[in-house]
Amino acid sequence: MSINITMPALSPTMEEGTLSKWLVKEGDTISSGDVIAEIETDKATMEVEAVDEGTVAKLLVPAGTEGVKVNAVIAVLAEEGEDASSIKAPEAKAAPAPEPKAAEASPKPTSGSPQPTSQSQTITQTDTKITAAATPLPSASTSDGRIKASPLARRIAGNKGIDLASLSGTGPRGRIIKRDVENAKPGAAPVTATAAAASSPDGLILPQVLDDRVYAPDSYELKPLDGVRKVVAKRLTTSFMQVPHFPLTVDLSLDRLLASRTAINNAADKGVKVSVNDMLIKACALALMDEPDCNASYTDKGIAYHKHANVSVAVAIDGGLITPVIFKAETKGLAEISIEMKDLATRARDRKLKPQEYTGGTFSISNLGMFGIKSFASIINQPEGMILSVGAGEKRAVVDAKGGVVAATVMSVTLTCDHRVIGGAEGAKWLQAFKRYVETPEAMLL
Amino acid sequence: MSTQYDLIVIGSGPGGYVTAIRASQLGMKTAIVEREALGGICLNWGCIPTKALLRSAEVLYLAKHAKDFGLVIDKADFDLQAVVKRSRGVASQLSNGVKFLMKKNKIDVLEGTARLEKGAPAPKVIVKGKDGKDTSYQSRHVILATGARARDIPQAGLVADGKLIWTYREAMTPDVMPKRLLVIGSGAIGIEFASFYNELGAEVTVVEVMDRILPVEDEEISKLAEKEFKKQGLNIVTGAKVENVKAGKSTVTADITDKTGKKSTQEFDRAILAVGIVGNVENLGLEALGAKIEKTHVVVDGFGKTGVPGLYAIGDLTGPPWLAHKASHEGVSCVEAIAGKGHAEPFDASNIPGCTYAHPQVASVGLTEKAAKEKGYDIKVGRFSFIGNGKAIALGEQDGLTKVIFDKKTGELLGAHMIGAEVTELIQGYVIARQGELTEQDLAHTVFAHPTISETMHEAVLDAEGRVLHL
Repeated sequence: MSINITMPALSPTMEEGTLSKWLVKEGDTISSGDVIAEIETDKATMEVEAVDEGTVAKLLVPAGTEGVKVNAVIAVLAEEGEDASSIKAPEAKAAPAPEPKAAEASPKPTSGSPQPTSQSQTITQTDTKITAAATPLPSASTSDGRIKASPLARRIAGNKGIDLASLSGTGPRGRIIKRDVENAKPGAAPVTATAAAASSPDGLILPQVLDDRVYAPDSYELKPLDGVRKVVAKRLTTSFMQVPHFPLTVDLSLDRLLASRTAINNAADKGVKVSVNDMLIKACALALMDEPDCNASYTDKGIAYHKHANVSVAVAIDGGLITPVIFKAETKGLAEISIEMKDLATRARDRKLKPQEYTGGTFSISNLGMFGIKSFASIINQPEGMILSVGAGEKRAVVDAKGGVVAATVMSVTLTCDHRVIGGAEGAKWLQAFKRYVETPEAMLL
Repeated sequence: MSTQYDLIVIGSGPGGYVTAIRASQLGMKTAIVEREALGGICLNWGCIPTKALLRSAEVLYLAKHAKDFGLVIDKADFDLQAVVKRSRGVASQLSNGVKFLMKKNKIDVLEGTARLEKGAPAPKVIVKGKDGKDTSYQSRHVILATGARARDIPQAGLVADGKLIWTYREAMTPDVMPKRLLVIGSGAIGIEFASFYNELGAEVTVVEVMDRILPVEDEEISKLAEKEFKKQGLNIVTGAKVENVKAGKSTVTADITDKTGKKSTQEFDRAILAVGIVGNVENLGLEALGAKIEKTHVVVDGFGKTGVPGLYAIGDLTGPPWLAHKASHEGVSCVEAIAGKGHAEPFDASNIPGCTYAHPQVASVGLTEKAAKEKGYDIKVGRFSFIGNGKAIALGEQDGLTKVIFDKKTGELLGAHMIGAEVTELIQGYVIARQGELTEQDLAHTVFAHPTISETMHEAVLDAEGRVLHL
């Protein structure tokens, strides 16, 4: 009995990935735990370990193939005593006919490479062995453009001119059934929405195409979307469309924080250099503990109040953005936060973060101060309830208590809040708490 | 007062005991109250024992027709008491099966008669045991599954006496073989008994007040059934009224008014009352609790809620169709909604198959042709006669018809109607098609095994499309 090795889902958001490199070749003998391939997921490059032993009979997906669907068979192992050369690739059944696609909207895999996506349809439970510990997710109904609907619902929808993609089903497992279509109004969604759902990689974003009449195809270079870019596009679009968000801006005096930082770094062990951002992370965490109503996520079932301040820190990486998390930041000292942050940022830029290191945040902070940005408002990093945008600390002329004009280091920060969870007053109270820690950094020691 | 159970189910018929098992699966501490025998009417006095009787009749029929199959059986005869004994044995085997299922699912069986009193969070359940002593139980939820019984119509002089004027119960355990039998009502119950006693040699008269027998079935099927039963010697009187059924010393007299208005008094050895069903709503204390009762049935919503906090009702008690499988399904919907688990769906009565196990069998689901037209559907109808089916001919069962009704516009299978051998086993194919909302095209593309009678189901669909193959 041959063993199929399938594309693992290495993170909850992963739907497909790039098989960047094979570390074994056909005929190699491998045992459980051997690293057999490298996969570029939506956010990072991961190693795939074998869970079975045997001889590599077939490598079905060439290195460098993009868009390999989770669970597609990527290789076949021959078990002991089995003739590797007699093993055939699992039969590929024709995939459901793809919806017409706008050519620009989804880059095709390298030409000449096999179509591994079609094989995921034929794998049966018994011969599927997942090569990574991660559990593959059931594919969302629209991830491959397929809509779950009964034949009758399809017929009625066709008759009435209703777009099935615009409906949600009430049948088993969300299947669209007769009653869903009968209750829908004809023309509830324009026909183009179908094309959009089918052609965009995630079923959410409208097709984004350049009109050849406006931009001659030779006037620009088209770089295919990689995993990071796709996820960033999808998540931020979803967030911006779904979350009713509002910004709150406040100015903070930085002078005392800067002075504290100098004192701290003078006193710190060698090799530890606390940054302003590290101190802001700590201040955010403590403010979240002071205002627990703000450390929250909206869900359809209720509001999840998080018990710890897991602060996601936006890190710009080549070709996108990633948000490694300082978990339980409220419990960590500045030196600890600083060391951890440095390590996370370095590995983020090398795309070596593990999925569990960039998911699970409860709050985000994004700092563009180093670029001289005065103030900006970030897009909520769902499902978190708030994100803080930090501008540059700069010398400004400030009117002091006595009415005189003095020079002070001032920084503007903007807090973007999910209004389903956080009201204006809650957000303001959080900013007050945050301001207190920044302007009176000694309070962080309490 | 603290609650002893999460759920008490009253009545252990196919509605009650299935509900109790599902509740136990969902982690509810469950008890079930039964005043007689586990399994209720269905297992003990209904569906199951009658199927055992009809099987005896079927074997007798085959034995009598052995010559048609090239076999020699000198004299095919029966022993009435042995036939009844077999039927009772089947019933008791299944009742013991339910007992085992209750034990396996850790469901407490409370023997006795239940009544309800005001309580919180659900009405209190008082069980009068066989010793006459009352025990009170408090549960978080109570589901009534007390079922129904044969209807008497005293105004018309239709009252069973249990001796000469029978209900299903006596008809199932006859003391003697009646020579002349009157069956009042031609629904599934009346027709099954008529078919059974006719096969055993009684002279059977079926009187139906409507203009055709099996009045809930498609008209075409009713007519075919009537023709077939008449061929077998059944005396069928439709559009006729029966009144004043009186028991004499050893015979019964009845006034029968035929459709022309001619009234005559006729004499029979026994009469069977099969003129409908009334819900067992009495002596439960429902009125005091404020549960709404209409026409002997408890009024409920799609999940069996009565409106009284913590009190639900399912099955025959809540109204037609009075079918075991309807009760079980309703019970599961109800208990899943209570538990807030599973894919709880309100009960949908439009896709329940109905079966009559006479010879020939009749089975149907969905709308009749007439009902579909009345609802305003533009329909296309397909038919296939068993005479074109190889398996039916091989079985010697070439009298039969499969009929399907589709919505011309959408291809929806609005109804399916079958008469003939094994159709009660076959109808499920159409029920699944309807549940999955398959269209005529999906059915046309489905492969049916050859040779089977199920091929008539395929051919009927093809006929609706004007492309029948074997006729």
